[in-house]
Amino acid sequence: MEFFHKVTTYPFMHTRRMWYGVSGVAIIASIVLLFWHGLNLGIDFTGGVVLEFQYPRTADLEKTRATLEGKFLHPQVQNFGDDRTVAVRLLPQANQDVNSVSKAVTEELQKVDPEVKLQRAEVVGPQVGKELTNQGGLAILFTFLLIGLYTWFRFQWKMGISAIIATLHDPLIILGFFAVTQITFDLAVLAAILAVIGYSLNDTVVVFDRVRENFHKTRRASSEEVMDASINQTLSRTIITSGATLLVVVVLLIMGGETLRGFSWALTIGILVGTYSSIYVAGALALDMKLSALDLMEHKETSKVDAMP
Amino acid sequence: MYHFSRWKYWLVIAVIVIGTLFALPNVFGEGPALQLSRNDRVAMDAAAQQRVLGVLQTQKIAPEVSYLQKDRLVLRFADENQRTVARDAILKGTAGDYLVALSSVPRTPEWMRWVGLKPMSLGLDLRGGVHFVYEVDIQGALTQTLERLERDARTTLRDKRIPYGAVTSNNGAVRVVLRSASDVQGAMDALKAPDGSLQITTGEEQDGPYVEMRMTPAEIKRRQDVAIEQNITTLRNRVDELGIAEPIVTRQAANRIVVQLPGVQDPNEAIRVLGATATLEFRLVDEANNAYEAEQTKRIPIGSRLYYMRPQVGPNGQPVAQDQRRPILLKRDVIATGEQLTDASSSIDTQEGMPQVNVKLDARGGQAMLNATKDNVGKRMAVVYISKKQLAQGEQCKGVRSGSICTEEDVISAATIQSVLSSSFRITGLQAAEARELALLLRSGALAAPQTIVEQRSVGPSLGADNIRRGWHAMAVGLVLTFAFMAMYYRGFGWIANAVLAANLVLTVGLLSMLQASLSLPGIAAVVFHLGIAVDANILIYERIREELRAGNSPLSAINAGFEKAFATIADSNVTTLIAGVVLFAFGTGTIRSFAIVMTLGILTSLFTSVVGSRALVHAIWGRRPRLARLPI
Repeated sequence: MEFFHKVTTYPFMHTRRMWYGVSGVAIIASIVLLFWHGLNLGIDFTGGVVLEFQYPRTADLEKTRATLEGKFLHPQVQNFGDDRTVAVRLLPQANQDVNSVSKAVTEELQKVDPEVKLQRAEVVGPQVGKELTNQGGLAILFTFLLIGLYTWFRFQWKMGISAIIATLHDPLIILGFFAVTQITFDLAVLAAILAVIGYSLNDTVVVFDRVRENFHKTRRASSEEVMDASINQTLSRTIITSGATLLVVVVLLIMGGETLRGFSWALTIGILVGTYSSIYVAGALALDMKLSALDLMEHKETSKVDAMP
Repeated sequence: MYHFSRWKYWLVIAVIVIGTLFALPNVFGEGPALQLSRNDRVAMDAAAQQRVLGVLQTQKIAPEVSYLQKDRLVLRFADENQRTVARDAILKGTAGDYLVALSSVPRTPEWMRWVGLKPMSLGLDLRGGVHFVYEVDIQGALTQTLERLERDARTTLRDKRIPYGAVTSNNGAVRVVLRSASDVQGAMDALKAPDGSLQITTGEEQDGPYVEMRMTPAEIKRRQDVAIEQNITTLRNRVDELGIAEPIVTRQAANRIVVQLPGVQDPNEAIRVLGATATLEFRLVDEANNAYEAEQTKRIPIGSRLYYMRPQVGPNGQPVAQDQRRPILLKRDVIATGEQLTDASSSIDTQEGMPQVNVKLDARGGQAMLNATKDNVGKRMAVVYISKKQLAQGEQCKGVRSGSICTEEDVISAATIQSVLSSSFRITGLQAAEARELALLLRSGALAAPQTIVEQRSVGPSLGADNIRRGWHAMAVGLVLTFAFMAMYYRGFGWIANAVLAANLVLTVGLLSMLQASLSLPGIAAVVFHLGIAVDANILIYERIREELRAGNSPLSAINAGFEKAFATIADSNVTTLIAGVVLFAFGTGTIRSFAIVMTLGILTSLFTSVVGSRALVHAIWGRRPRLARLPI
């Protein structure tokens, strides 16, 4: 089977202005949403208590909420995965003895339904949450820094900058998605975003590798022609890889359970956006930064890889 | 035909064989087990093993396997029912000589265990258990050190017969006010630390000249490190005393300690024992003043402190008389403290049937005890029991409360000194359970600095099993779909890709088992996500080969060119993901670190399998045919 019998010749770069618009709107919308709605940060970042209870039958959320209301600070009660599992989330309090809170909530709920069982308890102090937030931010920053240095070193600065902007574009849109859907943003989602950064850049690098090769091969073609040809030549790989990765990630989304829900969504959105951004954002930006064969001349020597297995 | 070195075949074969060997223990699963350790923490030996097996034999229970591992005896049973019966039989048949912990151990065959092959170690979110993070209050440790300095200063000056007034600690310094300026030099010499860990300054205040001791910054740093190390050691000892199988106690960052207790279902019991501090102080009773009077007038004589006696309890655990908490005055100066204990054990007094704690003091403590009792035969000496514990919500604190920590001080006994005591004696006045816990806490050492729980996660075993099931199902479905897709799209070469993918999976599992890095649910998710990433290298190669074929190249040169040209791209593109993985590893903790480890290892294995392994396979199948008309791609 082969979807792409011959190399396609779609004029991708011709419509790049329009796609700039689309990306620009998406990014601005994401930023606005981030400020307006904010993220539904998990207790990993805010600190607090999350308790997961298993009921023998369908759990009555209203009753659970009423039981806890007034006794604890802002209890949030919702189903987790299925209708017999209830997650209770409490905000952190100063000087709170974390262990006793989980005990107290369990006792309150068992007064109403003695068969309820505590499945999982997570308690994060506010200080730890603040640190994790800082560390998470630093991790993203460092990833960008190192990846930026690598692409600059391996390719050429125009390509490096385009690649970084394209890669920056993806996490922003994922954050926008989490702001709209208010899916809990926890540590696993942060990990998924870092994975997406790596993945999206991976896509961009494949295209840029071909761009470099084609500039060396076809000196006479215009930069736009070279860019289009490179994207078309790698298109079948891009689609097939994204398809294969999307396949497993969607399996995770469906079968991974509630704990991995946010994580799987971040990967799904990330793969879709990452595939698009390596074509339209990275490629187009490099083109508009007037990338030409001349830029790649000095790198001719380093581009030859001779370590062969 | 093109050249492909023979040694590369051997390399691929060797790596796959070793990887498979390491991955193999994972297919056997786990079985319910008991882990026994001795109460006194001496290593279990073959004799103990025989004894336990003998006990089980009388109950007609046979474990599937029994072996000694890290000072413990491990018994694995066919099912949980048998294990419960066996546990009861052991507890009854061995008179409580052993601590029995429930756990599950791998069902790997004997020879694998013998060579040290282990399955992947599962994180707490997969196997159930409790994870908590303590934050050590370093400031508290320093305050304690200052208090000790203060105490020592008094003793030293008295020994040197230098008169002094008030001794106070303030702003990290201990100030001793002297009676006369001529004593300043003498006091400075007396208080000087031999190792230069104290800065000593002098000055003048309204009460007279003073000498001030302050710890050097290097000393403060050293004390902090020592305090945390001591807390870790103490926590380890206590976890051992609880008899939990495979616990982890490690330092995280500058002032945090992570404790992981797999299989523990109720964290409260563990937290209580781990967080409790109990220690003893031995003080002389102030016989010259009246304690009732001091209590009422609130005027405590200088050099004394007001304490309360704990109501006496009989052997039945009930208070003997309707005994109120009687006040008692004790001398301020401590003869010895719990820190000077070298051993403690609880037992029952043979004559009166009362619980008692037998203690041994170190040389310094023994000497102090000898000196104190020598001069005071016929007077009374009191034992003060000091306990600190985390309060549960609504629980009352009878002592001094600070935050959620309650400190209680009781005098558990005030007995007449019959004869001179030295380093070994017994203490009575406690209930049986208290005596046992005191012995445990004294034995495991004191916590050098106060600590609070800042993070706690507990996962029930059923949820853990659920997570494992979901994770593996997702992986199986993902694998089947990927296999089907690759076989359909690339036909013959698709199966090469699938074989490579399978090898990659085996290698990743093998590496994870070898490194014993704990695998969490995000880790399993990374394995699944990685299936997609791993086929990418193959796709890059095959698309190149197809391109070369379209360009009219012969199949063999197409294969050759495909692999060569794709390599640079594969290397470049994997480096970026590798960077993200390494950063995540550096910044992440716990479950996220597992994700990072799998991601990083997965990239390394997929680089090897798709570039070297896949090429070897392609070469073995198509590369040696002299004429090859077309490729199944």
